[in-house]
Amino acid sequence: MKGWMSRFKVIFTLALMTIVLAGCGEPFLSALQPQGESAKNIYDLMILSIIIMTVVFLVVMIIYVYVVFRYRRKKQQEDHIPKQVEGNHALETLWTVIPILLLLILAIPTVQSTFSLVDTSAEVNEEGEDLDQIWVNVTGKQYWWHFEYPDFDITTSQDLYIPTDRKVNISLLSEDVIHSFWVPPLAGKMDVNPTGNRNEMWIDAHEEGIYWGKCAELCGPSHSLMDFKVIAVSPGEFEQWVLDMQQVDPDAVPESATAQEGQELFGDNCLACHAIGSSPNKTGPNLTNFADREKLAGVFDFTEENLHKWIQTKGRDMKPGNLMVQAPYDLTDEEADKIIEYLLTLSPSEITSANAEDGNYIESDLSAIFPDEDEQDEEEQDEDEAAEEDNEDEE
Amino acid sequence: MSSLAATRQKAGFWSVLWDYLTTVDHKKIAHLYLIGGFFFFILAGIEALIIRIQLMFPNSEFVSAQFYNELMTMHGTTMIFLAAMPLLFALMNAIIPLQIGARDVAFPFINSLGFWLFVFGGLLLHVSWFTGGAPDAGWTAYAPLSIYSEGHGLDFYSVGLQIAGFGTLMAGINFIVTVISMRGPGMTFMRMPLFTWASFVANILILFAFPALTIGLFLLTFDRLFGANFFEPSMGGNVIIWEHLFWIFGHPEVYILILPAFGVFSEVISTFSRKRLFGYSSMVFATVLIAFLGFLVWAHHMFTVGLGPIANSIFAVATMAIAIPTGIKIFNWLLTMWGGSIKFTSPMVIALGFIPSFTVGGMTGIMLASAASDFLYHDTYFVVAHFHYVIVGGTVLGIFAGLIYWWPKMFGKILNEKLNHWFFWLLFIGFHLTFFVQHFLGLMGMPRRYWTFLEGQGLDLFNLISTIGAFLMAFAVLIFVYNIIITSRNGEKAGADPWEDGRTLEWSIPSPPPYYNFKQLPLTRGLDPLWIEKTEGNGKMLPGEPLGDIHMPNNSFIPFMFSLGLFLLGLGVIYQGPYWILGIIGFLVWAGSMFVRSFKDDLGYYIPKEELEKEGDGS
Repeated sequence: MKGWMSRFKVIFTLALMTIVLAGCGEPFLSALQPQGESAKNIYDLMILSIIIMTVVFLVVMIIYVYVVFRYRRKKQQEDHIPKQVEGNHALETLWTVIPILLLLILAIPTVQSTFSLVDTSAEVNEEGEDLDQIWVNVTGKQYWWHFEYPDFDITTSQDLYIPTDRKVNISLLSEDVIHSFWVPPLAGKMDVNPTGNRNEMWIDAHEEGIYWGKCAELCGPSHSLMDFKVIAVSPGEFEQWVLDMQQVDPDAVPESATAQEGQELFGDNCLACHAIGSSPNKTGPNLTNFADREKLAGVFDFTEENLHKWIQTKGRDMKPGNLMVQAPYDLTDEEADKIIEYLLTLSPSEITSANAEDGNYIESDLSAIFPDEDEQDEEEQDEDEAAEEDNEDEE
Repeated sequence: MSSLAATRQKAGFWSVLWDYLTTVDHKKIAHLYLIGGFFFFILAGIEALIIRIQLMFPNSEFVSAQFYNELMTMHGTTMIFLAAMPLLFALMNAIIPLQIGARDVAFPFINSLGFWLFVFGGLLLHVSWFTGGAPDAGWTAYAPLSIYSEGHGLDFYSVGLQIAGFGTLMAGINFIVTVISMRGPGMTFMRMPLFTWASFVANILILFAFPALTIGLFLLTFDRLFGANFFEPSMGGNVIIWEHLFWIFGHPEVYILILPAFGVFSEVISTFSRKRLFGYSSMVFATVLIAFLGFLVWAHHMFTVGLGPIANSIFAVATMAIAIPTGIKIFNWLLTMWGGSIKFTSPMVIALGFIPSFTVGGMTGIMLASAASDFLYHDTYFVVAHFHYVIVGGTVLGIFAGLIYWWPKMFGKILNEKLNHWFFWLLFIGFHLTFFVQHFLGLMGMPRRYWTFLEGQGLDLFNLISTIGAFLMAFAVLIFVYNIIITSRNGEKAGADPWEDGRTLEWSIPSPPPYYNFKQLPLTRGLDPLWIEKTEGNGKMLPGEPLGDIHMPNNSFIPFMFSLGLFLLGLGVIYQGPYWILGIIGFLVWAGSMFVRSFKDDLGYYIPKEELEKEGDGS
């Protein structure tokens, strides 16, 4: 009976804690509502540590309350001299050994997770074969995020598309100061260091959705505005998005005449920093699918008004300290509007963030975007060569 | 005593000022540290209030992003280096020599020098507010942000902290030597009161931790001012080295702040429970163990840096180990009260507020130690909540408990108890209101050092609550200031043992003590020497030496000039160009001070035995 009671209490406490914690925050941002394997792992570890710590806290508080009420100095005892106790070996040993045991209970899963959360080896399917890995090279810059998919030859910025139910490996490097890559509902954070200290981690999402990413390491005045979005779509939709993005023609001529003029102005004033299509240029954010962005500059409502203001003020007050203020261009309002009209045509894929929220799930094993084994080997070789060439260029 | 009081009454403002500018008396240096530390405490508190006003509502533009970063940086830097540590040094200076039965510290001149270096270093740092912007890279000043930071803010940070750091190192060495070599007759190591023990260990931490900061700051200074590239990634420098250097200093720094507070609470709890500290030797052992482990865990501030899972696991487990000696302390305090006779004076009530607050801070500390889940907590408001729970809930409560407890000994008057209780309860409620909800803000996705937060992220309510709490804390501090003012005007005069339950040597001499502390050094017969004399003797300390002449150090203006010289030299180094003239002047003043100190013998003076006899028994 007693055992049943204590088990009930444990379950009850657990349930209560889950309710309390789950009620906290917004699902797109809060780590208390984990939506990915990595975040779930961390969350479980946190609950375990809270339970252990709560037990310790209760023990301390029970003794504390008892002592404070039982041994307060009463009026008639003003001259009472208590017995001067030196110590007690049995007790002191007890409160040394029990904490060691409690810490061991926490230390073991901690070490396990510490290894598994940065394990970027391939996932294995039911037949025991390695699944193809998706890698994203993330570059942090003051104050925006750049994403390259080296296997698909796709480049984009600010919105990171991933398929659900699949590990996506992230490789992090900064081009200026230290940033930190954090999508609270999906995974823990990892620092984005400058040259020479590349970090790796992985994220995944169990549910489709738009998850908010944050910079978590002080990087300058607009540190708090360095947001990005992770757009988790179903595997089939992701496959479609990749194929669409690979088809982008950077020089495609838009339909309307104003947009064509805008394209020309864009070429003269913006292209030096902002690339369209797959490009190594990451001086400024890549604008391939700009019109599909969730937010303008990571944090502002995506409206023509805001965009106009951004272009004409170079974001000086919108994102203090941003580097676009150094851009030499000088545009009239009409010219800016033409560029805006062009920018709003940049929607190369029918898969957008809307697909992450429509509840429509399309299955796929992503084989369409991963070529066959043999071909892949060849391509990898090509890539290696290309990479070597790149290195030589750098030198 | 009477003649001294008479001369003090006659003394005008300028002579008092000159006395304090040149003093080498540990009790007056304690007053100076208190004034300096409290000034910076108020300043950094105002910065905190502005931060909380900015974060009261989403999308707030009360202050600009740049100014916010400066505020946040200066709040942290000032609180740690210029408020908490000097306030602890105030307590150490006032009490350690009295507790070990000494007439002064080992190096009175260096004691004074340490103080003036702290003041001028702190002032130099604050000059930056008026010369185009304070440092803005966080108190941790991570490279390369600190290298790229425009203006001179970070130069003031590196040079100012360097000068203040010299002062801290000197104070640390001074206290180590004092405790080792100045203990009175019979005062063995294992009879030292726990405040002295904890401070002794904290000063050993200073001795070993501050050199790492010194080196880091030198490298930063050379990177910024003289074109070196230690932390410049594009020139082959490595930014991670700064993080290591900073935290090799920074983690022991946490224990430098908390250990003396543990010491204060050990004294207060034992005194007001009328019981000897439970498990004294295990308390000492736990203190030393915490200090030792404190040097082995710095990388737990860097779990997300990418050190790899092996390093992360080792540092995680080592960090968890610190919970064990800390737990020993908590239980020893509880068992000290067990069976005691607890009197709820304000220092005791603060100690009782400390125990649950610090336990919560310790719990979140264990959660943070778990490297994998630190990927979630790191650099969020969860961490902000955690370190405020240990620093405010531990160090700040400890400082105030110590100040109230020893105020009569330092100033001869008892602070108004009623106001003390009001102060504590407002501070305590405000503190939990401010910081408890910040745990959840962090878990809900709010990173730290955010100038503003967006609407619709579910962060509004807790931020508002936090700001309200901050104002309660500010109000509490105002009450404390008011209490100081009215007490100094018409406070109750304190006897030698105003709390009546005093157990240690400082309560055996008048409040405030005569400038030579002990006419005859007292004989210590065991732990809690005064308590032993109260229960086994006639309540008075037995003399441990015959009455004789007392050797005293002379006052000196050199420490002030020495520090002023470094201050000017610092300005010259920061601005360079034509300002090198200022630097040269500073250098000459500084070198001149050292020259005079080195070549002019200052042998001090003696208080003749006859004069001591004239002054009665001192009580």
